[in-house]
Order: sequence, then C-alpha cells, then structure tokens
Amino acid sequence: MTDTLSTTRSASQERTKAIRAGLRRRHMSEAIFKGLGLAAIILALGFVALLFVDVVRRGLPAFTQSNLHLAVTYDPEIIDIEPAPVMVPGQSEADFRAANLKWQRDLAMLNWNKVIEASLRAAAPAGFEIESREILSIAETNARHEVRAMFVDDPGLLGQTVEVDLLASANADNWIKGNIDRSLGDAQQQLSAPARQLIDIFVENGTISTGFAWAIFTNVDSRAAPASAGLLGALVGTLYMMLIVIVLAVPIGVASAIYLEEFAPKSRLTDFIEVNINNLAAVPSIVFGLLGAAVFINYLHLPISAPIVGGLVLTLMTLPTIIIATRGALLGVSPALRQAALGMGASKTQMVFHHVLPVTFPSILTATILGVAHALGETAPLLLIGMKAFVAQVPATPFDQATALPVQIYLWQGNENRNFFEPRTAAAIIVLLAVMICLNGIAIYLRSRLEKRA
Amino acid sequence: MKIALFASAAVITLVAFGSNAALAQSRDTIQVAGSSTVLPFASIVAEEFGAAFPEFNTPVVGSGGTGGGFSQFCEGIGDNTIDIANASRPIKDGEREACNQSGVTDIREIQFGFDGIVFASAASGPDFALTPVQVYKAIAAQVVVDGELVDNPYKSWSEVDASLPDQPIALAVPASNHGTREVFQERVVGAGCEEAGLPEGLSEDEAESACSTLRQDVVTEISGDYTETLARLNSDKNTVGVFGLSFYEQNTDTLKVATIDGVVPSKETVAAGDYPVSRPLYFYVKGQHIGVIPGLQEFVQFFLSEGMAGEGGTLEAAGLIPQPTEKTDEVLAAFEAGAAE
Repeated sequence: MTDTLSTTRSASQERTKAIRAGLRRRHMSEAIFKGLGLAAIILALGFVALLFVDVVRRGLPAFTQSNLHLAVTYDPEIIDIEPAPVMVPGQSEADFRAANLKWQRDLAMLNWNKVIEASLRAAAPAGFEIESREILSIAETNARHEVRAMFVDDPGLLGQTVEVDLLASANADNWIKGNIDRSLGDAQQQLSAPARQLIDIFVENGTISTGFAWAIFTNVDSRAAPASAGLLGALVGTLYMMLIVIVLAVPIGVASAIYLEEFAPKSRLTDFIEVNINNLAAVPSIVFGLLGAAVFINYLHLPISAPIVGGLVLTLMTLPTIIIATRGALLGVSPALRQAALGMGASKTQMVFHHVLPVTFPSILTATILGVAHALGETAPLLLIGMKAFVAQVPATPFDQATALPVQIYLWQGNENRNFFEPRTAAAIIVLLAVMICLNGIAIYLRSRLEKRA
Repeated sequence: MKIALFASAAVITLVAFGSNAALAQSRDTIQVAGSSTVLPFASIVAEEFGAAFPEFNTPVVGSGGTGGGFSQFCEGIGDNTIDIANASRPIKDGEREACNQSGVTDIREIQFGFDGIVFASAASGPDFALTPVQVYKAIAAQVVVDGELVDNPYKSWSEVDASLPDQPIALAVPASNHGTREVFQERVVGAGCEEAGLPEGLSEDEAESACSTLRQDVVTEISGDYTETLARLNSDKNTVGVFGLSFYEQNTDTLKVATIDGVVPSKETVAAGDYPVSRPLYFYVKGQHIGVIPGLQEFVQFFLSEGMAGEGGTLEAAGLIPQPTEKTDEVLAAFEAGAAE
C-alpha cells in the first residue's frame, strides 16, 4: 500500500516536474518571441527615424533662399525701342496681335543683362572693381526675363526706377550657405574672388537677404536658372494623374469587385479571373510602364510625356489592389445581414447597394487612399512613358507634357549643379512625404468617422 | 452610390471623348530626347526659346542616352514621335536604316559645338597625369607582356607606369547607351592600344577585340547620368571617373581633373584642339515635322544663334565649347536648304 502510494506520489512529482519544465520552456519561447517582435519594431522605427532625420537635415536649408533687392532703372538708352503698339480704330484684332507680338519679340532681343548689371553696380560700393560677367554671376539668369516681363506688363516704366526682388544665383546661394567649402581656393570655387567678396558685402548691406524659397512651390523646373527651379509643374502633373486614377480606378475596381463577389456564378472562369487579378497585383510596376508605352502611346497614339497616359498606367496598377480590398471587405460582411435583407423582400441589387456596400465603405475608402498614395510615389512606369523629360511649363490639361513629383526628384538628383540641387532634391522629397502623410491622414480620419457612423 | 456610379460612368465617357478631341488636334510643343551630355544645353535653349518667343510653347527635353534618343526618333513620323534627337556622336548607318524603314527619311544633322571628355578623381586624392596608353594598359582585358597577350596583371596605377600614384585601379565609364562611351573607346582605349602595339599574327577580329574589350574586375559601367559616376567616386575614393568637361567644371569643389598627354582639359585647350579627347555635339531634326510642329524651324535657328551656341553665348557659360562661326553658318545653311546630312 505504502509502496503504491509512494510510487503515485513520486509519479505525480515527476509529472509536476515535467509540467514545470515544459512551462518554463513555453514561457521562455514566449519571452523570446516578444523580444524579437519588439526588436523588429524598434529596428524598423529606427530606420524610418534615420531616413526622416537625414532627409529633413539635408532638405530644410533648401526651403530658404537668397534674394536680391535691387533698384532697377529702365534706362531709355538701353531699352531703345518704339512705344508699345496701341489698338487704333479700324485695326483688326489679328493685326494688333501681330504688331504686339512683334513688339514683344523686339523687346526680347534687347540686352536686358545691361539693365541688371547697372542696378547691381549701383548697389555695390563706389569704385568696386569687377568684370561684367563676374557681377552678373551674382543674379540668377532669369532676372532679365523677370525685369522684361514687368516692362511688357507696364511699358510706362521706361525711364523710371523701381524696387525689384530678384533671386540670387544658385552659385551665390551655395557660397552664402557654405554648400561649397568657403576655405577652398579660387580654382575650386564656382564664383570669382571679386564676385564672392561682393556677395559678402551685399549680405552685410542688406541687398541680399535670405527668405522662404517660394520658388519651390510657385515655379516650374528650370535648368537655365537653377535657383528658380520649382515643383509647380510636377505638382500639377501629379494632381492630374491622381484625379485620373481616382476617377477610373475606384468605380471600375469597386464595380468589378461587387460583380465578382455578389453576382458572378462560381465557375472555373471566375476562379481563373480571380487568380489573374491576384497575379496582376504582384506584377512589378515597370511592366505596367512597358504596357502603357506599347498600348497607349504606340497603339492608341496618346501623347508622350502626358499625365493622361501616366494616369491610365497607374490606374491599371491600382485596380487589382482596389478589387482585392473591396472583395475582402464584402466577404467580411455577416451573412445574417444579407439574409435579413433578402428575407424582407429586397432584391439582390437592393441588398448589395442598400445594405452590404455601406458597411464596407470604410475599408474600401482606406484601400483606395492607400492605393492612390502608392500610385503617387510610383516612378518606374512613368520613366518608360517619357515622363522624365525636362518640362518648363505648367500642364494646362492632362494631355500636355508634364512630369510628376517622384520623377522630378529623380531629375533633380541627376542635375549637374550638385551643390545646389542636393538640398533641393531633399526638399522635394519632404514635399512628397508631406503629401503622402496628408493622404494617409485623411484615410485614417475618414475611416474612423465612417466606422462610428456605421 | 448609384449616383456615384453613374457620375463616374459619365466622366469615363467624357475622358474618352476628350482623348479623341486631343488626337484630332496636332501637338504644339516640340519634343526632344537623347544624349544626357546634350540635355543641359538643349534644356537651357528650350527655356530661353519659351521666354523669347511668346507665341510658342517651351519645348520638352527628355534624356535616355544617344542610342535611346535615336531609337525613339526612328519610331516613325507623327504626333507621338519626337522631333529632335540629341546625340553626342554622329548617327550610325544602322540607325539611319532603321529610321528610313519606319518612314523617317528626312534627317537633318546639326552640329552645334564641342565637349571634352575628362578623367576626374576625388579632389582629396593624388594627381593623375594620364596618357591613352596608360589608360589602355590599366583597363584592357588582355595586354601585351613580354611580347605575349596575357590577362591583365596590373593591380595599381603605379604598376602600369611608375609615374602614376600607387592607388588600386578602378575606373567608372559610361555604359554603351551613352555616346561618351564610344568616344572614350575610340579616342582613349583604341588610340592607346594602337600606340602600345599588339603582337604580330593576330587576325583583324582578334586585334579589334583585344583593343576594345575591357576587364570587368576594375571597370564599372554606369548607365545613368554623371551624378551616378560622382556618387561612385564619393563611395570609393580610389575610383577614377569619366565625365563630360561641363559636368566637371560645375563640380570642381569635389573633383580633380587628370591631364591627358600633359594637357589640362579646359574650354581653351579643347577649342584649340590641344586636348585630345573631345567630340562634336549634335542634334538631329526630323525634316518631315518642320511646318507641322509649330516653332521647330525657329527653335533650330535660335539654338544656333550667336546669343545661344555662339562665342560668349548662354551655352558657353553652361560649359559648351563653341564651334567657329563659319561652321555654324554652314550647318544652318544645310539645314535650311533641307539637305539631308
């Protein structure tokens, strides 16, 4: 008896021991898993933080820029031109336009650099010795166009002196910010010694001051005048493409998902379609670019470098994402809801559109915005449809040539004036990230609002 | 939701109609693509053109390398093909044939100036004074040692020639989609090979491949822009890169240029013909588009004008080496006469 008792006791002790050992092992593996998960998250966050800090550190200086405040004199001796044509009675509209065009062209042929040079010399200390090429290197090359455009708008300026804000040249900006090491010798500097000296004088006497670089948001890209290069053209191009994606991808994607999920009979064909949609979502984006170049440009003869083609390509790319997300959302709706609606005598269409679809709105919306945000940052397919061209105009319609934000980043990254464009590229990245964060923010806000309502 | 669906259907129809309307109307912006060496110059002219001619749009300038530009140029004629191909080498016979086959028969060549090709290394590194023979010996796959063609044994520049720095050989050259590569191959490697001499008894093909095959262990081919070459130099200080003169001149704070045959590359030495590695720059105009795309003729004339490509013009400030005025006049006359070539 005692024997059996002691055996049972020892057996139960054995068992407890085994359980304890097992338990310790299980606790341990749980702790390891938790630790690994935490480490992974910290690592990921660390990389994100590193990226942000690095981009912001590089890009922030580019949001300020050196400006020149000059008193520009429209000297009649330099601007030797007939008065602007005025419309005389009896003259046809076309004749007047032709005369005006000729006047503008004559105006463009004048040497406006002389006007800029004179005003720069007037701002310099008396007797400062500097060659005209050197002194002109302080102002950005588009200064002459700016000054001329003011004259075209108001020919009455002839003989007058006006205060004008112009951009300092990219190289002057580099010198002031120290983008090029200021201790380097003459041979390694972009500006001559007198020009650098004069810039420092200008900074001291207030002719050059640093202000917010509005050019980034109000100007299009520029190579002739790097300091005036901006993102406006790319922003508008991106906007057009996003509009096309939203207008096309959302209705088509949601409609196909509803059909496939709710109406289509389950057959081999629908299975086949489903497999293909899933595959399509995994196709690398550059393949869509090749497809776009072949179909939309070569076959349908849509214009090259145009947002319409970019938008169509990105639509194809975003469609599978939206279809899959919508189908997932529809699948998640409880069958009780459907049966209740059908039980009350609703038709299938009524059931889907009045009862099932509204419940899925938050998920569809989130999927859409995330899909669009993904399309916004997509670069590779755009390169293949000619959207990496240099475009110096704001596209008026989606059929005009344009670039997009990510492509503009790529283009600026390749610019020869590294010292000026490295910070400006980082600034463009900050703008792109800001747009993305806004989109994601809207997605989260709308989702939480709609979920509350549902 | 129904309304939303109907609305989007309406929008789709509108877009479809809109695209038809756009197809019917011809393109009114000049479209340019090609060489990344010519790209900065063409872009500057495009901007100035837009500013000087209020009645025309600013031309759009794409890149893709000389070869890429020609393949787009030769796709055919019509609105969705480019009007001008930028090139840093003359068009090849094969490319001309491809063009003719797709209906592009009126190709007008415009030579507008020169560019030098330079070897540059990190500004903090040692000086390089190179000759074509030394470059050939450093990077050819096979070189002649004691009268025999053997696999390239050199590891550092000082092994190639005692006058060069003791630095491992590493060279970043443009890939074959760039016209620069061809000039580099012909003017530096080819010339060096000829000077170094090959052993007797090689067939013509063997000699050509011995002169043109580069070793893969030390040569990196860069298919992107010069900034990519610069990035490689920054990550590996021992790399020597091949650049356009204009790119080097804008980045003198980080780059140091090597002399070739003792000549320092500069606008003056290239223009005078002293610096051996230079090439003319071109663009090719699709004659069949003149008069169809508004402003095409004016753009070419404006490009070649004194204020742009001429001496003291805007492009010179951007690094172009102007050609003699007589040459420009000749090119312009040929263009206006409509003579192909």
